[in-house]
Formats: sequence, structure tokens, C-alpha cells
Amino acid sequence: MNLEDKISPIVRNIPPSGIRRFFDLANSKPNAISLGVGEPDFVTPWHVREASIDSLEKGMTSYTSNRGTPELLEAISVYLEKRFSITYQAESEILVTFGASEAIDLALRTILSPGEEVLTPEPCYVSYTPCIQLAGGVPVPVTTPANRGFKLQAEDLEKAITPKTKAIILCYPNNPTGAIMTKRDWEPIIQVIKKHDLLVISDEIYAELTYGGRDHYSIASFPEMKERTILINGFSKAFAMTGWRIGYVAAPVPLLNGMLKIHQYTALCASITSQAAALEALTNGMNECRSMVAQYDRRRRLVVKAFQDMGLTCHDPHGAFYVFPSIQATGLDSQTFAEQLLMEEEVAVVPGDVFGPSGAGHIRCSYATSIERLGEALQRIERFVKRKQSQLPLIKAQNQ
Amino acid sequence: MKPEQLQEEIVTILQENSRIEVQQLADMLGVTAQAVEKQLKELQEKRIILRFGTVVNWQKLGRQKVYALIDVKITPQRGHGFDALAKRIYRFPEVHSVYVMSGTYDLSVGLEVDSLEAVGRFVTEKLSPLDSVVSTTTHFVLKKYKEDGVIFDDPENDQRLVISP
Repeated sequence: MNLEDKISPIVRNIPPSGIRRFFDLANSKPNAISLGVGEPDFVTPWHVREASIDSLEKGMTSYTSNRGTPELLEAISVYLEKRFSITYQAESEILVTFGASEAIDLALRTILSPGEEVLTPEPCYVSYTPCIQLAGGVPVPVTTPANRGFKLQAEDLEKAITPKTKAIILCYPNNPTGAIMTKRDWEPIIQVIKKHDLLVISDEIYAELTYGGRDHYSIASFPEMKERTILINGFSKAFAMTGWRIGYVAAPVPLLNGMLKIHQYTALCASITSQAAALEALTNGMNECRSMVAQYDRRRRLVVKAFQDMGLTCHDPHGAFYVFPSIQATGLDSQTFAEQLLMEEEVAVVPGDVFGPSGAGHIRCSYATSIERLGEALQRIERFVKRKQSQLPLIKAQNQ
Repeated sequence: MKPEQLQEEIVTILQENSRIEVQQLADMLGVTAQAVEKQLKELQEKRIILRFGTVVNWQKLGRQKVYALIDVKITPQRGHGFDALAKRIYRFPEVHSVYVMSGTYDLSVGLEVDSLEAVGRFVTEKLSPLDSVVSTTTHFVLKKYKEDGVIFDDPENDQRLVISP
């Protein structure tokens, strides 16, 4: 029996993750300093861990309601109102999920019919394209230009829209570029979205991680936008809780009910232990969150300056914990750069083309790593870049 | 960044790592090395930064040290409150810390010496004979887990995967 033939063509046709190959490669260098990690280096604050231990001691080990515990739903509602001025009813417009990842899948499966198109501003998080395909949709990339700080441009968006366009997935602050969208950046985009009556899936998982006095501005907070937006957020990045797999989605009732339908049959409910931890994080964790943001900000300045001093073009990212410098000045493509950097200097970064073809010529470096290791990694990268640049005239001469 | 904000950022970073290079500190804060130097000078002149310190696990160095916390009850002196007595106590080099406490006793005196006998000598010969000292209660430190925000156990390893999306 050929089992390959038994696999659904949709699944079969999804290419293996580009990050996977690099992951295997990086594992061959266990002592490498990794700037390739897409999660905080902090451990979940102790009071949050302690709250979950307490919940276990109290015997909270059952299912919860499909939507999540009432206390957590209420806390999320209060948080969204207080933090981003968006009102969602705790009992009808919020659903607790297995991380933002489940929420993305739920949102896409809820809205898509076969063949409908979803716009994905690129470079973007690696899951959007396959999740759209798995939901029967067609991903349509919209390149965000490096020279505009990887911000989404209304004219590029307009050009990508067809009669089949159903929705757009937005991720700001952005993984991998660190770009954010300000209120003013959003305004022209919103015109286009309204004009073409698109739905918005807004992945705001990095919302708490913005820098330099720039606050996150949710697209759902614009007038008439909440009614067409599925807002996704979670606890992983703000409270260093990636392993807890806990997030949430907020949306108008009809959309939320659709997602709830899938969630109740496929997931039932999010883990009760994680929900207890999430409640504690949201209720008493903002100080730790701010302290982590302050530390990211210091590292961010250090890393951006280091890349600029190396002579690489590196836009100043105002969100998330990534820098996305161009490495074209070295004459290498991003795969070769990342591979040689790993082999020669034992520093792991992620090649930019993993996040879509428009990420080619860039690398993603996470600064969710201690200052000491970050400093060492940057020294090695600098040495590497200088070496490659000194070899550049030689290679050019050989090619002629 | 406002000067006060910059100073607060500088001391926050230095509290974690006082050996950090000025240039790296400047890069982390997005200012020039000169600007950091200027603030460092001011912070020391104003005695906001009192010392650039190190937290040491002496046990690992094979040195036995004895730490004691002594609760001291005193009669405050008219016109001086606790200050005059506190001063007489903190001048002893073996005294590590002196705090005025709320609650059942008045001063908490931290002692760091080389032997048990040295604690005894300090309490019986130096502290207790002081005029205003009414009584003392000495507690010995049996094991240190955490000091100045630093945990003595080895840190847990980074559990994260090398590469993740």
C-alpha cells in the first residue's frame, strides 16, 4: 500500500517548512548561540507559575466551558477595553484557544469557502500560508517594502485584491520584521478594506512589545472596524508563556459562534491549568510584562546599532523582538549567509526567505537572548560580515 | 530620554551587571558614550551609586564565613533618636548592614565574620556593652539561597529549541 497516495492532496502539496531544514542544521551545532528563537528568553513569572500550581493543588483538573472559564473571559474583556479601548462582551464575543495558533486556524476555517483568496502581507509568520491552504483558501502575498520599514502600503493592497478576495491576515507588531502600524499608517489601509468589504484577521500576539513610546494601535479600535475584524492575541509573548499554549480570539457574535463550533468539536476547551495561569498573568502580571519590555528595548537598540555599524541596512523595528537586516552587502543570499554563519561562527539566525520570497536577502535575528550572549553573537556576526565582504571582490573577479 | 529617566535606566542595568562596558551601556540606551560617562560621574558624585559591587558565593571558594542577624532593642537617645547609636554600630567593619526596623525590636544588625567566636566576641564585647542597648537576639544564617536578588543555585538551562518560527 502506498501511504503517500492515501494522504489528502491538500496536505501533500504543502511544502515542508523552510524553517525545519534549518532547524536540523542548527541542531548539529549544539553550542551555537541562537538568535533564531521566536520566543522570550524569560521564564514565565513565578507568581503565574505559582497560580497554576495552586490550581492543581485545589484539584482544578476538569474541562472548562468551551469558551473558557468565566473569570478569564471577563479578565480578557477588561484588558482589551482598558488597554486598546475595544469593547468585547465576555460571555459572547471572546473564546479562549490553544495559543494564537489555534485561533488563526479557527478564523480561517470559519470564513473560507474553497478558492477564496486571503491576502498575506509578506514577509510574514510561517503558518499563515499553509493554514489558508488547509482551510481550502488561496493565499495571495502582498509584499511590504523594506524601504518603507516593512509597513503595509495601501496601493500594494489595492493591486492584490480580486473579486475572490475574502480577507486579509495582519500581524503587527510583525514577526519577522518588527514593523508596527501606527494610527496614521492604518488610515489608508482601512479605506481599502472597507471599500472592498474585506474581513480582517488581526494577529496581535506581539501587541505588548512596542518600543520608544509607541503604543500598539489595534485595527479593531477604528470605527466600523470591530464588526469586520477577528482579533487574535495570547499570553505567549507578553508574559513569556509560549509553552502553556494559551491565547484567545475576540470577534463579533456570528463570527465567534462559527469559531466556537469548530473549537468545541476539535479542541473542546483550552487547558484549565493554563487558563488559571493566564488569569493570574492578566490580573497581576503587567509589571513583569513592562519590565521584560524595558529589557527587550535595551537589547533592540544595541542590536540595531551593531548591524548599522557593520554597514548592513537595518530598519529600526518598533515592535516584537526581531531585527530583520539586509545582508545583501555581503554578496550572499539569506540561506547561504545563515548556513555559513552557523558553520563558521556558530551563530544561528533564520534566513529571511523562510517568511516568504520577499524576505530574501534578509535574516531574522531575535534579541530574546541575554545581553551577554547577544554581545558575543554580534561580535561573531561582525567578524563574519567583514570576512565575507573582503572576499567579495575576489568572487566578483572570478565570475567575470 | 530625559536625564532622570536615563539615570534610572543606567542604575537598573548596572545593578544587574556593574562590569558592563560604557559603550555597550550607551548602545543599549541609544545615547553616546560621553552622555553615559557624564551621568555616571553625576550618579557617583551625588552618591546615588554608592559602589560597584559583586555578589560572591564564598562557600564555593572554600572560605567559611559566618553570617548572623542580630535583633537589637535600644533606648533611643534624646535629640539623636537612633542615629547616634546606629553610627557607633555601623563603623565596625564586620557589620554588614544596619537597618531600623518596625515591630518588636529596633535595629537589625547584619554581621559577616570568619568564625562563630567572632560573633560571640562582637555581641558580648562590642554591641551589648553600648549604653543604649537593652537586649540582643542573635540568629545565625545556616544557608544562603538568595542574596541581593541573586539566586545561589545554578541557573536552569535554556530549554528553548535552537530555531523556532
